[in-house]
Amino acid sequence: MSSDAKIRLDNVEKTYHGSSVSAVDKLSLDVYEGEILVLVGPSGCGKSTTLRLINRMIEPTGGRIFLDGEDVTTVDPDRLRRRIGYVIQQIGLFPHQTIAQNIATVPKMLKWDKNRIAARADELLTMVGLDPDQYRDRYPKELSGGQAQRVGVARALGADPEIMLMDEPFGAIDPITRERLQNEFLRLQAELRKTIVFVTHDIDEAIKMGDRIAILGERSQIRQCDTPERILAFPVDEFVDDFIGAGSTIKGLNFEQVGGLRLNGHPHITVDDPPSTGIKVLRASDQEWLLILDDERRPLRWMRERDLNRSSGSYLDEGEEVRIRLHSDDTLFHALEQMLQSSSGLCCVVDEKGALAGVVEMTHLRKAIRRAQVEARRHYEDLEAN
Amino acid sequence: MDGFLSWLTYVQGHWSDLQAGLLAHAKLVLIVVALATVFSVGLGVIVQRSAVARAVALSVAGIFLTIPSLALFALFIPLVGIGNTPAMIAMFLYAILPILRNTVTGLDEVSPAVVESARGMGMNGTQRLLRVRLPLAWPIIMAGVRVSTLITVGIAAIAVLVGGDGLGSFIQGGLTRLGLPNSFEAVWAGTIFTVALGLVLDLVFAGIQRVTTPRGLRL
Repeated sequence: MSSDAKIRLDNVEKTYHGSSVSAVDKLSLDVYEGEILVLVGPSGCGKSTTLRLINRMIEPTGGRIFLDGEDVTTVDPDRLRRRIGYVIQQIGLFPHQTIAQNIATVPKMLKWDKNRIAARADELLTMVGLDPDQYRDRYPKELSGGQAQRVGVARALGADPEIMLMDEPFGAIDPITRERLQNEFLRLQAELRKTIVFVTHDIDEAIKMGDRIAILGERSQIRQCDTPERILAFPVDEFVDDFIGAGSTIKGLNFEQVGGLRLNGHPHITVDDPPSTGIKVLRASDQEWLLILDDERRPLRWMRERDLNRSSGSYLDEGEEVRIRLHSDDTLFHALEQMLQSSSGLCCVVDEKGALAGVVEMTHLRKAIRRAQVEARRHYEDLEAN
Repeated sequence: MDGFLSWLTYVQGHWSDLQAGLLAHAKLVLIVVALATVFSVGLGVIVQRSAVARAVALSVAGIFLTIPSLALFALFIPLVGIGNTPAMIAMFLYAILPILRNTVTGLDEVSPAVVESARGMGMNGTQRLLRVRLPLAWPIIMAGVRVSTLITVGIAAIAVLVGGDGLGSFIQGGLTRLGLPNSFEAVWAGTIFTVALGLVLDLVFAGIQRVTTPRGLRL
């Protein structure tokens, strides 16, 4: 393990009074600066307990906790918590205070001056997508669930903590709003680069939000801790495999981009060429579909040989219009979805000018999946060898 | 009609006495309610978290209410003599239960998520109590204060029996000369003024309750 962990749990343990079994058993975990580490596991595995050990909402009964290399196992817990943002599922906004007052909670305790606090509240509201003029003087009861959760995040960011702990922050929100909040949060995080520990029971949320995922078994034992793509490509044991469930291969396609594929050329002609040229080009290849490009090499239509035979040469009605154009930063998951919907089973990739850059085929996806699996397996073999 | 007119005449004739009695009565009530509020809220905060302590506190406060007021007044005479003091002690004991009970209930009703988030942001116990738990319990506590006020207004009328001031002197005075001129008028004057004081104080406290309830908690 590297020594520059932002948060380090070193053999942290929690055993409740009168219980012979520990709730968290000798857990060691490093969280690095600027990453989102997701703790995920079946309910009752102790993931929330683990999270709450970090800001000592629950006091550990053994082991040490380090922030930035500083041992915080015995420092004043209230002062520790003011350095750490904390978001819970039920949000817990103060109903008797305005939104601005809620956000000001920690800055006020840290004795910031009034103007700075007011400016900070406005800044944070803007950051989470709420108009300060409209929202700063409202009360929590006047907010929808999604808005309240945004304010919850803004409040946790109040004094600009370097570390955030989030306990199922989007768990109680309807699926559509949740998806939007997740995306907004990821966008925010790309800017802020906080060190975040995020608890969820939902593996899909974990895959989406996590830079790394720690899959926890009973008593918070880490079963696998790695990037989502490697976990999907290579679950280390049956427990992890069961937990990530069906469709892990397809989910893994989310982490590969079209730009990472090695694409071969595809038979094509331009609109200026006669259909007979097209037939010749098509016969010379082993492909069923020919691409028609415009003068600027932008893909227009897909055509089979019989479409070309029928074509008068204007290429306007025959064959299939090219409706989907992938870009190099699209995921393979997106590519797969598009390919399944197209009659040719093929998808054009274009460059930023819209000109043809290649064509994705099913074999490309198969190869990409295979490559990810081989890489992940090799990674774990290397780890074992060391 | 005649009765009412003679009552009005009586009130007119004794206006300054009635006024003095009213003020003394109100003063007794307000002092007692203020002390009882401070005491009961403090006690409520202390016992709320412990099931045993709150059961004991609420039972004891409840027992006070079952002791007949006259007996309770008399109990304190050997200790503090006659006058306003035994009256106020008795009124104080009566005033505890409604405020104590509502303090405990009010604190119970504060959402655990709100307290958890307060703790998670680094508020210590005192800050959580003063900035979060009590403000949220406040409307319910104030409802208890209003009940205690009404109870003590009524009981203060009996305080005269142990030498206390207030409107009770008109009632008592009237009753001891029942049948003589102006006896009924005195009883009625004392009673009606007591009731009116209760209503006015309740209205005042309702206003205070409304003004001191944070806007975010109002319905």
